[in-house]
Amino acid sequence: MRVNGVDEVLDLPPQVSLLDALRERLGLSGTKKGCDQGACGACTVLADGKRINSCLALAVQYTGREITTIEGVDDPLQDAFVRNDGFQCGYCTSGQICSAIGMLAEHKDGVPSAVTEHLATSGGALSAAEIRERMSGNLCRCGAYNGIVDAIQEVVR
Amino acid sequence: MRSFTYLSAPDVETAVRAIATEPNAKFLGGGTNLVDLMREDIERPDVVVDITRLPLTGITELPGGGLRIGALVSNSGLAAHPLVRTRYPVLAQAILNGASAQLRNMATVGGNLLQRTRCLYFYDGAAACNKREPGSGCAAIGGFARNAGILGVSDHCIATHPSDMCVALAALDATVEVESTRGIRRIPLIEFHRLPGSTPQVETALAADELITAVELPALPVAAHSRYRKVRDRASYAFALVSVAAAMETEDGVVTAVRLALGGVSAKPWRAHEAERILLGAPATEESFRRAAAAELAPAVGQPDNAFKIDLAQRTIVATLHRLLTDGSAA
Repeated sequence: MRVNGVDEVLDLPPQVSLLDALRERLGLSGTKKGCDQGACGACTVLADGKRINSCLALAVQYTGREITTIEGVDDPLQDAFVRNDGFQCGYCTSGQICSAIGMLAEHKDGVPSAVTEHLATSGGALSAAEIRERMSGNLCRCGAYNGIVDAIQEVVR
Repeated sequence: MRSFTYLSAPDVETAVRAIATEPNAKFLGGGTNLVDLMREDIERPDVVVDITRLPLTGITELPGGGLRIGALVSNSGLAAHPLVRTRYPVLAQAILNGASAQLRNMATVGGNLLQRTRCLYFYDGAAACNKREPGSGCAAIGGFARNAGILGVSDHCIATHPSDMCVALAALDATVEVESTRGIRRIPLIEFHRLPGSTPQVETALAADELITAVELPALPVAAHSRYRKVRDRASYAFALVSVAAAMETEDGVVTAVRLALGGVSAKPWRAHEAERILLGAPATEESFRRAAAAELAPAVGQPDNAFKIDLAQRTIVATLHRLLTDGSAA
């Protein structure tokens, strides 16, 4: 697979998750293991630009795909998270940022959310309510949600 | 996670041949449920057949105006499709109310149908669970049962099917197409999932060697006026306590077409036939909605932890129909 623009050849048993392959085999420890069951979002990475939970992905399924982790991200969101106190301990932050990148791309493509008023016409502004709903797959035990929403809104503006 | 043999199937023929010859094989789609269950040692396949490279990713319009959805369409891809959003808004809303964006990007339509219950005792290897270990009992009965079912439950199992998408599909008269080495057959969605009875380990009408290849929606004009309402313990990213998929048309104050299904209440997405029967031809009033909801929930059986769902389901039906009446449609 291609990880952060670099071709990587891995020889792994099929039960190894994409998350463990990234962290333990490629040394990319920026992607975090939180719940390891798809409930917290700390392991969020981008696969061909789409956000996924790498803990529920078997690495072998992503052969030939383009994976982007926080180590491969250079985005205004990162500064915005610092400026807006979008974290305290920082454990969920790499997942939050990868998720926010995927989320902004989805919104740009006109993908609706559960709080989108007019499904047929879609689009619309990215309100705080939209951001909260679209980012609900990323938990923050420190409760830095207000800062996270502020950081994303700052980048959108 | 236990070790297993991994195969990647390039086409449907190879996939169904692999599952027909391997006694303990599983198809792997998005992995959002199966990988978790394998890690928890609840699913223990010897062979995993990866089907994500099969050409089942299309959404095409059927001649009569219906829609054919490939089994490997992602949940997010289906919810975002323009024809789904305009013709079947209840389906787009149901999907968007389920899981998280990351999971919806990974999860497939076929896999969504085959999700296993989120009953805590099913996940707890030390607890009695007739679904996980037939004959061991049901710890949910009399146990922590907030998420358990109230309709079609049995003395052997009170688990619910966790899908939101399937609730909308049940309301929309969807059909599931399955294929094996023996051929292709079609199963109505509302007959796809099984009630527990005395064999809660048998969850669907799918045979062990069959692959879901597509879901089809019929042309259904009433579906343009549809809505999904989900009630849960937090505002987003939680399984339903109760959910309602509803479509309704009225003319001169009378219900002329209606589709109604419930989620979070049964081992299957619960099509509310009795409520529909009462509503069709009745005045489109709150009184009719209440009467229909009460009749549908009359056979419900609650546990101390979840008896509140009997009232909650009725109130959610009434509120959803009322909203459809005043708004016209979700779109």
